[in-house]
Amino acid sequence: MDLRALGESFVAMLENVGIPHGWVLLINWILGAVILLGVALLLAIFLIWFERKIAGRVQDRLGPNRVGPYGLIQPFADALKLLTKEDITPDNADRITYNLAPIIAVFHIIMLFAVIPFADKVVGANINVGILYLMAFGALGSMAMLMAGWASRNKYALLGGFRVVSQLLSYEIPVGLAMLIVVLMRGSMNLNVIAQGQGGLFGLGWYVWILPAVFIMYFVAALAEGERAPFDLLEAESEIVAGYNIEYSAMKFAWFYLAFFLNTWVLSAVAVTLFFGGWQGPFAAQIPALGVVYFFIKVFIMFFVFAWVRATFPRLRIDQMMSFCWKVLVPMGLALFLAVAIILKLGLPSAVTYALLFVVNIVILVVTLKLLGNYTRDLPKNKNKRLFAPELPRL
Amino acid sequence: MVGQILFIIIAAFTLLMGLGTVVARNLFHAALFLVGVFFGIAALFILLEAEFLAMAQIIIYIGAIATLIVFAIMLSKGMMGREAGAYNKQWYFAGGAMILFFGLLSWLLVKMPFAAANASAPDDAIQQIGSGFVGHYVVPFEVASVLLLVALVGAIMLARERN
Repeated sequence: MDLRALGESFVAMLENVGIPHGWVLLINWILGAVILLGVALLLAIFLIWFERKIAGRVQDRLGPNRVGPYGLIQPFADALKLLTKEDITPDNADRITYNLAPIIAVFHIIMLFAVIPFADKVVGANINVGILYLMAFGALGSMAMLMAGWASRNKYALLGGFRVVSQLLSYEIPVGLAMLIVVLMRGSMNLNVIAQGQGGLFGLGWYVWILPAVFIMYFVAALAEGERAPFDLLEAESEIVAGYNIEYSAMKFAWFYLAFFLNTWVLSAVAVTLFFGGWQGPFAAQIPALGVVYFFIKVFIMFFVFAWVRATFPRLRIDQMMSFCWKVLVPMGLALFLAVAIILKLGLPSAVTYALLFVVNIVILVVTLKLLGNYTRDLPKNKNKRLFAPELPRL
Repeated sequence: MVGQILFIIIAAFTLLMGLGTVVARNLFHAALFLVGVFFGIAALFILLEAEFLAMAQIIIYIGAIATLIVFAIMLSKGMMGREAGAYNKQWYFAGGAMILFFGLLSWLLVKMPFAAANASAPDDAIQQIGSGFVGHYVVPFEVASVLLLVALVGAIMLARERN
């Protein structure tokens, strides 16, 4: 089954009926958008169950197991519960902004689905600035959270908004640097072209083998961008009273929850596209439908790792988190960027270039880890060098 | 046809948001309306097949500048919930100046012979922009980046703690 041909035959059918070309295109676009929207929302419901099951296994629990086989219907029951709960708006809240914030939080993630290549050329919008698009709409999330924090007219919500925005803005830099290095490798910002460039050699062409340090940097920063443990400071439920979304209840809260899961899925999908060959796999070039299968399998493995990390690691302190970004990830990313740019310009044969890139990646990774290790060893000496050292009350 | 309808919708949206920015009584609302204006302009860029400009518009204006404006409003004392009037004694001077400026712009738009290109934007526009930045226009590009670096260092110097 060729998905692309299916779409083209549909367009031809509409044109044969006698609808003008412009309107056919419009209908086609709207249809594509609705399909992507449906996929995204169904996916979110499944992801919630998937993550809860994984967290259950990792923490030696059962996870959801009451509603339906293996608890599969649990998210539907939860959604029904959230729909029937009372929807409370604080009296002082700024109503329009308050209601707009959850909409934007979900909308900006669903917009990201448009550029993700599910198979060769099976992509909502095959645009040449795909990476920039990801960065642009990814940045809207912080706007939604600021709006939510401000519109609630609640000090704690506002503080939570500040916390999450400073986190997202900081970790956007390592994510952007990692994306930029992959763009350098491929010479294109089109996500489908980037995926196409990683075929061959039975998966050895994946950029993760050539740029392991870049992938690790992307993964760690993506954990923070997705607000997941060990960087889930905005809703550190055991320490503070949630974050920017404290005043939200019922379905509006569910929208933030939805955005959270979809965000992680999109981050995994981008990781797969940039580093794990996207839809590449045996016979994927001949049969695009297989590409979709490979893509989803890879993304779910990636999502599993995200959930695994979340269920395993304890949380960082906020000053540790911010200094880790600015003092470790950003310098590491800049060093990697410089090294990759220079190596690619040397004009060596491709095998030597790839080997050199791999060696440089490993060297930078080892140096970073060594520096971090030294810092941890000397921690008693560095105690008062913290970024946001908490002040003790003077007696 | 579809393009024209889209243009009218987007232009009307942008203008409405612009009007909201000017008349909103709450500074935070004005900032949000401004985000809407930036969005409308990005959409217009997409209609013109200038994808790179559209994305740069969203990254720079919404991702950075609008967030910065919102932060500035939130961190200024007493700006948070206050309803501030959008008018003061000088509003008619400002209005007059704006009408004159609008007249100037309209006159320019009518008089200026715009070169109309029939060809659509090249597929490798973004590559051309990139090689332009580090090729033909490398000096202005580098000067701009040094300027930004100086601003960055200056901001850090101003904000750092003095012991």
